[in-house]
Amino acid sequence: MSTMGGLSQMKLAVNFLTIGLVILSLPCGSYTEIPPKPPGSVTVLPPVKPAGGPQAFPDAENSNLPVFTMDYARIQVPFEVTLWVLLASFAKIGFHVYHKITFWVPESCLLISIGLIVGAIMHSVHEEPPAVLSYNVFFLFMLPPIVLESGYFMPTRPFFENVGTVLWFAVVGTLWNSIGIGMSLYAVCQIEAFEVQDINLQENMLFAAIISAVDPVAVLSVFEDVSVNEQLYIVVFGECLFNDAVTVVLYNMFIFVADMPVVEPVDVFLGVARFFVVGLGGMGFGVIFGFVASFTTRFTSNVREIEPLFIFMYSYLAYLVAELFSISSIMAIVTCALTMKYYVEENVSQRSCTTIRHVVKMLGTISETLIFFFLGVVTITTEHEWNWGYIMFTLLLALVWRGLGVLVLTQIINPFRTIPFNFKDQFILGYGGLRGAISFALVFTLPDSIGRKKLFLTTTICMIMFTVFIQGISIRPLIEFINVRRTNRNLETINVEIHSRLIEHTIAGVEDLCGQWSHYYWKDKFLKFNNRILRKILIRDNRAESSIVALYKKLELQNAMEILDTVSGDINAGSSIVSLQYVYPLSPSSSCSLSLSLYFALSLILLLSLSLACSPSLSLSLVLSLTLSCSLFYPLLSKGLKSS
Amino acid sequence: MGSTNSTLSKIPNVEELMQETGFTPAHIVRLYDRFEALDKEKTGHLRPQDFGAINRLAMNPIGDRIIGAFFSPGQETVDFHSFVRILAHFRPADKKHPKDPSMPEPVNSRTSKLKFAFQLYDQDKDGKISRAELLQVLRSMLEMQVTEEQLESIADRTIQEADLDKDDAISFEEFRKSLEKVNIDHKMSIRFLR
Repeated sequence: MSTMGGLSQMKLAVNFLTIGLVILSLPCGSYTEIPPKPPGSVTVLPPVKPAGGPQAFPDAENSNLPVFTMDYARIQVPFEVTLWVLLASFAKIGFHVYHKITFWVPESCLLISIGLIVGAIMHSVHEEPPAVLSYNVFFLFMLPPIVLESGYFMPTRPFFENVGTVLWFAVVGTLWNSIGIGMSLYAVCQIEAFEVQDINLQENMLFAAIISAVDPVAVLSVFEDVSVNEQLYIVVFGECLFNDAVTVVLYNMFIFVADMPVVEPVDVFLGVARFFVVGLGGMGFGVIFGFVASFTTRFTSNVREIEPLFIFMYSYLAYLVAELFSISSIMAIVTCALTMKYYVEENVSQRSCTTIRHVVKMLGTISETLIFFFLGVVTITTEHEWNWGYIMFTLLLALVWRGLGVLVLTQIINPFRTIPFNFKDQFILGYGGLRGAISFALVFTLPDSIGRKKLFLTTTICMIMFTVFIQGISIRPLIEFINVRRTNRNLETINVEIHSRLIEHTIAGVEDLCGQWSHYYWKDKFLKFNNRILRKILIRDNRAESSIVALYKKLELQNAMEILDTVSGDINAGSSIVSLQYVYPLSPSSSCSLSLSLYFALSLILLLSLSLACSPSLSLSLVLSLTLSCSLFYPLLSKGLKSS
Repeated sequence: MGSTNSTLSKIPNVEELMQETGFTPAHIVRLYDRFEALDKEKTGHLRPQDFGAINRLAMNPIGDRIIGAFFSPGQETVDFHSFVRILAHFRPADKKHPKDPSMPEPVNSRTSKLKFAFQLYDQDKDGKISRAELLQVLRSMLEMQVTEEQLESIADRTIQEADLDKDDAISFEEFRKSLEKVNIDHKMSIRFLR
């Protein structure tokens, strides 16, 4: 059955392809070419509107009332944005058809590959890609959703237990990396053979500051599927979010300093002061906005439909205000989400809660998809300057310094940890330091006064490709090979919750007995403050609910739904309630092949509409890319169908 | 250090104690100082009232059970050896210990830690956590946040989840099984200061 289905489906798809290509060959030169967009700016409407708007009232000499008009220029920007998003999302759907790939190769790599193909096509037809990774678009639109998602879904308890380690690695680790790489690169530059002597110390340090920051987007996409133990996860996770403060300060400092011939000690001191402003300011803004958001949701019981809006608006506002003052916007939005989540989820209705979670996840995934996709596209279309020595040494030094940094820092902080990191953990910590799009966006917007900007761009891209592809793909087998302590995520039984609580109380008690305190002391203090003051102000119905009771209620609810599922045959009621709690995996069945052919048909129709509407070269490139991806997946698809 | 050695010499059978519990001399000294600070009347033994004088422990929901764990059945005082022996349960597990079946189970192994936690529930020491005992613990932990009916439902559900031999009580084996996925060593360890 499956082989038959595979064959007939192939015929179907081939038919569609031929029809599509035939239609494409129809002359469409009567429609205006879109002028190439200037690089480095957001696509805007062309300043010249078609004369007099749509030709509704023709001149006396002209022909009669046009029945069918077209005005592409008016909808150009939203249309292209939508199409790019759809294209990237289709690629994402395509990957999951053959799920063995996504097990071994993280999605980020696949997306970059597709982006590379599209970029190659665009380059060959001399089209400019939309400037998604430019400074403003990237930092104002692409990055906030991802960071919001990471902040919102960050497991708070392990985070606060490890906050010292996280900050230690984020701040000191990034500083160590930047200064180390910068100095070594400067030393490398002195070697005459590499012809890079014109890069002075400040420029090297600036570049080092940019590429030493571990990127949250890349790390999350790789670490999400690989279940390492909680401690390790939260440290890597936290580090990549919180190193933004250091990166921002170093970046601004070195840009400022790169123009100056001499660096004075005053500047270094000011840099340190600035770091505190940036870091603490970011956190402060986040906390303030978080509290304001929680307070607002206290009064939204009559406007349930727009409750989710407040979450997004306040977080985004926190981000923008932080950007206004050039303090760490990532820390602001993360702290805002952390603070907000606890109080908001108690105030807001169940539906709004689900909506918020779902939309946050959706926005984050879209942004991530687009960023990786465009990383691939932009790799091909920017101008490069290759220099073997500089690039190889950068890769090597980055690895070496990160490894050294992790070793040294762990040795210093292990005595202060209840659960010290063993060497396997340290290896994964060092190896999991992936670089990503943030570095690229920062390099992209370096001022042109820096002579070797193209070299820096090329090196950054190489760095990103290396870490994402090689480290990203190999990290899963490595983790299994060296047998790092894994986590068990399904611990939701009432027994575990109760006994864990008992153990926590015991530990707190024994610590008091021994006369020493640790984070349990602060946790206790904060909980008391929380119960006495904060909850009264920020929560509408102040019924303090223990986590044991909350878990019990949730488990009972799940049980009730399971009963509903098995007893009633009413699919309609079942699916709407169930979709609140569960995500059912797609069952491989005969409906699979039908949906697949529909998917490919849809994508082709999409491209047909593109080809009718805008520049033929753009449409051609998109069609070719999809055809290529289809043909890439087809042999795998048919194999996959045969095996299932 | 001179002071360390002099303090150590005051404690009888210190070598044996260190061997048994795995504490270093520095740990023992610090614990001895703490013991002396709690033992206000300098009798060399601690009574329940001495424990109760620790404010934060008194406010702990299960504080009295923790204190009770230090006193062996029938005894009314705790000497330094017992004090240290109980605290040794909370040492992080030694990774380098070869598993020698002839030697007795180390005091800070996973099983010993679980036994300690089990005894906090099982006050009448019959080897099972009955429904009533579970209710008592839940009541003290959840205090005024829930109604009596909710407490009973939660207790029912807990026993239902863990009880495999259907005797309406949780034995040690069932207790251990319900916690098999939890990293007890992480959760039940204290980093003892030197």
